[in-house]
Amino acid sequence: MSFLLKSPVPRIDQVGVEERANTFKKRSIKNEAKALGLKMTVSMMDLTTLEGADTKGKVSRLCRKARQPMASRYDCPPCGAVCVYPIQVAHAVKELEGTPIPVASVATGFPSGQYPLKLRLADVKGAVQSGAREIDMVISRGTFLEGKLAEVSDEISAVKAVCGDAHLKVIFETGELQTYDHVRLVSQLAIEAGGDFIKTSTGKVSPAATLPVTLVMLETVRDHFLETGRKIGVKPAGGIRTAKEALQYLAMVSETLGDDWLTPELFRFGASSLLGDVELQLAKLIEGNYQSADYFSNS
Amino acid sequence: MNKKKHHLNFGSAFDYAPAPETTPVDLKKQYELFINGEFVAPESGRYFNSTNPATGKQLSRIAKAEASDVDLAVKSARRAYEKVWGPMAPSERGKYLFRIARLIQEKSRELAILESMDGGKPIKESRDIDLPLVAAHFFYYAGWADKLTFAFPGRAPSPIGVAAQVIPWNFPLLMAAWKMAPALACGNTVVIKPAETTSITAMHLAEIFQEADLPAGVVNIITGAGDTGTALVEHDGIDKIAFTGSTDVGKKIAQSVAGSTKKLTLELGGKAANIVFDDAPIEQAVEGVINGIYFNQGHVCCAGSRLLVQESIHDDFVERLTRRLATLRVGDPLDKNTDVGAINSKAQLKRIKALIETGKDEGAELHESSCAIPDDGFWCRPSFFTGVTPSHRIAREEIFGPVLSILTFRTPAEAVTLANDTCYGLSAGVWTDKGSKIFSIADQLKAGVIWANTFNRFDPTSPFGGYKESGFGREGGLQGLAAYLKQDHC
Repeated sequence: MSFLLKSPVPRIDQVGVEERANTFKKRSIKNEAKALGLKMTVSMMDLTTLEGADTKGKVSRLCRKARQPMASRYDCPPCGAVCVYPIQVAHAVKELEGTPIPVASVATGFPSGQYPLKLRLADVKGAVQSGAREIDMVISRGTFLEGKLAEVSDEISAVKAVCGDAHLKVIFETGELQTYDHVRLVSQLAIEAGGDFIKTSTGKVSPAATLPVTLVMLETVRDHFLETGRKIGVKPAGGIRTAKEALQYLAMVSETLGDDWLTPELFRFGASSLLGDVELQLAKLIEGNYQSADYFSNS
Repeated sequence: MNKKKHHLNFGSAFDYAPAPETTPVDLKKQYELFINGEFVAPESGRYFNSTNPATGKQLSRIAKAEASDVDLAVKSARRAYEKVWGPMAPSERGKYLFRIARLIQEKSRELAILESMDGGKPIKESRDIDLPLVAAHFFYYAGWADKLTFAFPGRAPSPIGVAAQVIPWNFPLLMAAWKMAPALACGNTVVIKPAETTSITAMHLAEIFQEADLPAGVVNIITGAGDTGTALVEHDGIDKIAFTGSTDVGKKIAQSVAGSTKKLTLELGGKAANIVFDDAPIEQAVEGVINGIYFNQGHVCCAGSRLLVQESIHDDFVERLTRRLATLRVGDPLDKNTDVGAINSKAQLKRIKALIETGKDEGAELHESSCAIPDDGFWCRPSFFTGVTPSHRIAREEIFGPVLSILTFRTPAEAVTLANDTCYGLSAGVWTDKGSKIFSIADQLKAGVIWANTFNRFDPTSPFGGYKESGFGREGGLQGLAAYLKQDHC
């Protein structure tokens, strides 16, 4: 490989990283820590709809849910962002007017990325012009697996250039890259190419986000910060459906990157069905017993 | 050292609330001796205190066995060996062991809690490591009971007789299982002495033996300190001694059996080298080093207490270790989020502190976790020394606490020389992404167990034991059977 990164890319031992990630499943998060974690989870959630069947009506519902996920007595914060396809961005922006909630748009030929760069950049430009403040791009996994790292890097830089002020999240689709060595390498590459956030998955490929994959990304971000002082965000997306899992991710962030990353500016969950379980658990903590799911609105 | 200017802050944005284990346990005010299937008071009527090391407060009172009690226990074991357990069909012996294993699984939560209360180890470890392994050892050796002729082809394996077993305080139940399960599977009967600071769970194991209807006298448990142990290993009625503990005591036992027909296996101290090469998976190596030395507060005979790190990555590695040290949670052993618990006893804490002072006096640099530690009880912050050379005392003597000594090497050959530069040889670790290097280094290390890209992994199928002053004989696996069998030719 002739392509050189500025920072070294350490090797990852699969057994070891999975074992380490498993230790976060054993953290026991109770009472006030749980309430804090659940609220944090909501505030970090990119509430997402990415369906062929998305309509303005569906996006409106989602935006309303993001503004106020639960009845006010639960003191639940709004979601971190609403994430939609480019065609729905303008409508979502209108729906979220007057709130600080940004609209994130997937772009660059999401989810496959198998389009000419020119079209992918136009996709980004369109989304930004429609008002997206965050762009979730997909890398060309094919190009990466062909070993053309410079090309992947150039693509990310090109997308970054057309993002303007919008934050760039770089989606790796780790379920397709498969090895932890690939995850560490592509994380470093995306960071050096200008990504503001690195993101595991599109949610369209299984497995999507996992604890060990996210841990490798967090460690890359940590090493980059210690080297340069630049803070990169991390977004596990897809497959996180329960409050319990979300708390495991937060424990992992807390013990790997520390306090500074426990904020929506630097950590997000990409999820469409996680919110429901978080609501149930939060209500249980406050009311003292579990409520019927019927008492909570769908998004 | 090249200190970087950017820092991470830990622990205040998402502080875990206390999560104590609250399952009620049947902790008794007083524990008796277990002889001939019954709980009996010591003839002298004397008891000693057992302390909770996390609080320094008395937990219970334990019977002190004198020579006369030991004599009763050995005679009971002899009777059971000759009349019941020895002649019993091996498949029947296996059934008892399977039953014991299942009962241990059923009661594992209670046993784990008692183990943590009495010994100071985090509930996370007693629950997820000690107890599952205790049950696994009984299951594993239960399976061997009626297959011994297959284990040693061409031989006629038969039991040795009465086994005297003396075990340490670092893994009380697990060491009991390591010793008892193979002895019983091979048809021997047992007199076992737990360590005086951690006798409680052994007595709960005795209750399980009663519940399993294990015939009277097959296992006898006598409690007490060193003099009780001496009375046991010097008793004329025993055929075999298995000891795990300090090298000093091991040497005395070896002297005392000289000239007798008693068979002996010893599992003694260690000063394991954990070798990290520059091509290691670095983040996993950091975890392995942490696990290698801070697991069970470093009270582990095979602990990776000497880190040999390649000089070219020393500074980076130390920085990573420092950061990781900052996130270790030290405190209440019964809290499910505790990573490092209490030091087992006041005496052990004193010994650890003395060696830490020696390290400082000899010019090594101490790096301590900045964690808060409780006021009462016996506590030692996890720490490591840099600037250690092979001639430092902290590089040679077993500290048996959460204290790591870091040395450097330049080449693979030098790593091997340094790793073997010790009177011990129980375990070692090798960290490299290169498979061929793992094998070539492992071949040259003089240690009984060598882990590659992992550390402190245990399994009943795998033999465990030492070179040099770490002892002789193997426990675990098929090899572990050999210590409890006569192997006459067919």
